[in-house]
Amino acid sequence: MKGWAPIGLTVAALAAVPLFTSSNVVLNFLVMALLIALVGQGWNLLGGYGGQYSFGHSAFFGTGAYVTAILQMRYGVNAWVGFCIGIAAGALVGAAIGALSFRSGLKGSYFALVTLAFAEVLRIVASVAPVTGAGVGTLIKLDLRPEVFQFQSRAPFYWIILGLVAVSLILVRLIEGSRFGAYLVAVRENEDAAAALGVDAMRVKLGAMTISAAITAAGGGFYAQYFLFVDAGIAYGPWISVEALLAPIIGGIGTVFGPLLGALVVKTLGELTKLVTGDAPGLDLVIYGGVLVLVIAFAPRGIAGLIADLRGFFKPSLAAAKPNPDRGHG
Amino acid sequence: MAEPLLSISGLHAGYGGTEVLRGVDLAVGPGEIVAVLGSNGAGKSTLNRAISGLVRPWRGSIRFGAAAIERESPVAIVMRGLIHVPEGRRIFPNMTVRENLDLGGYRARTRRDDNRTRVFALFPKLAERQGQNAGTLSGGEQQMLAIGRGLMAEPKLLILDEPSLGLSPLLVEELFALIRSINAAGMAILLVEQNVVQSLEVAQRAYVLENGVFVLEGSAADIRNDPNLKRAYLGL
Ligand SMILES: Nc1ncnc2c1ncn2[C@@H]1O[C@H](COP(=O)(O)OP(=O)(O)OP(=O)(O)O)[C@@H](O)[C@H]1O
Ligand SMILES: [Mg+2]
Repeated sequence: MKGWAPIGLTVAALAAVPLFTSSNVVLNFLVMALLIALVGQGWNLLGGYGGQYSFGHSAFFGTGAYVTAILQMRYGVNAWVGFCIGIAAGALVGAAIGALSFRSGLKGSYFALVTLAFAEVLRIVASVAPVTGAGVGTLIKLDLRPEVFQFQSRAPFYWIILGLVAVSLILVRLIEGSRFGAYLVAVRENEDAAAALGVDAMRVKLGAMTISAAITAAGGGFYAQYFLFVDAGIAYGPWISVEALLAPIIGGIGTVFGPLLGALVVKTLGELTKLVTGDAPGLDLVIYGGVLVLVIAFAPRGIAGLIADLRGFFKPSLAAAKPNPDRGHG
Repeated sequence: MAEPLLSISGLHAGYGGTEVLRGVDLAVGPGEIVAVLGSNGAGKSTLNRAISGLVRPWRGSIRFGAAAIERESPVAIVMRGLIHVPEGRRIFPNMTVRENLDLGGYRARTRRDDNRTRVFALFPKLAERQGQNAGTLSGGEQQMLAIGRGLMAEPKLLILDEPSLGLSPLLVEELFALIRSINAAGMAILLVEQNVVQSLEVAQRAYVLENGVFVLEGSAADIRNDPNLKRAYLGL
């Protein structure tokens, strides 16, 4: 999916939704799906384009959430300012974890495990440290004013998360077409060959991880304002690390729209399961696992890849002119 | 050879605690083809990596033109026009042929389209397959792509690491003809090879590397007739 029109159309269509419904169920569902799309886009930049699979994106999500919440409640910082500092703090954590793991040459499953370990360490620290409210968590005081990033209705939240997703789509699209993006994919494809072309793989990966962490931290900060509550399990728990990688893998890894498509599908499936089975604990995870296995087996380039293949199938002339509309990788 | 383009003296390099290059001196003049021959594990690729900054030299100096480059980053060295095509067809499999070429073209960005046209003229097969994923090319085509990607950077000196490895005899012929024609346009080439006979035909001078030191060096004609070549190269 090249070009800007798909991004503009998608965002415009989604932006119109609250004009047609004020159902809290619908908006709540879409807010969560967009939140996962945002967090997943962060993962996608590093994992999809850069080939560095993280199992610990909760480290950035949680940092964004906690910094946003704690700065308001303990230091009286304005929520919007806290949100921005939360993003910066997430980026910093990403840069630090990236520097430590890339400098020690960690790749593949080692990198994945180390990111998981960092996230777990943060979770454990957050569950005992006084500043995070330890086991109790941090509550943000109810104060429904836009100046403090709180709203009477869901629609403004919806537009804000949509705006964040739009920014992430544009950002990743810009990166895709840039020299940095080309270097990032080159590092994923063959680090040695990239090095011979003069690509500083370490710097490229570190840059990607920092931006990736910032995007995911924005999701965390938003979460804190939306639910007005953060604790260690929510912020740094494995649930968000799993959703962050599930969405892009199902939607189409290394594609601009993959995380959004995947998030919508994953969340829809989650809701359907709830409808069918009630709230049987853990069943949604079973479903996710099943979908993941199916996608990896039958559509390794995800939904975006399937769409590209179908388009090629129905427009053979177009396919002949450009046989590789997407450069997803499996 | 008046003013060498590349001159290396007393170069030591290795990995961890293992020394691979144990005092190497080498020079490549402008417009020259210089061959480095040696058996497996002699240290040929290590020499290439040390020149292009991918392995930090332990000791010794590497000069490219007037500049000392032994402490420079790979990026800086590429930007100077010293381009290394590594061994083993290191292409980017899930990128198209064209995207692969363009990745080599950042040094000469403004002339990228012209350079791509020139590469396609050298390798018509690549032009036919420009929209295809590089991973689906044949082994020979991938080797051509790796060389083409190197040429996109407008090298002053091109280092080719075992370009003929795994090519059919006919393709090897074509490859050496191509190396000759690139060189005829004025580009200096450091050709690292195990294919002794053909390398000595295209090169003006050659070095024979054994266990990290040069055991023979001289004009290609002299080396070809040297009785020690067999011993050094075959380890007899
Ligand atoms: N990354 C590395 N780490 C440790 N040792 C290495 C590394 N790369 C190469 N070596 C060792 O250095 C020595 C020289 O290797 P090098 O690749 O330079 O040989 P070569 O002459 O290019 O051989 P070939 O013709 O097989 O490519 C070998 O003994 C090899 O095992
Ligand atoms: Mg070698």
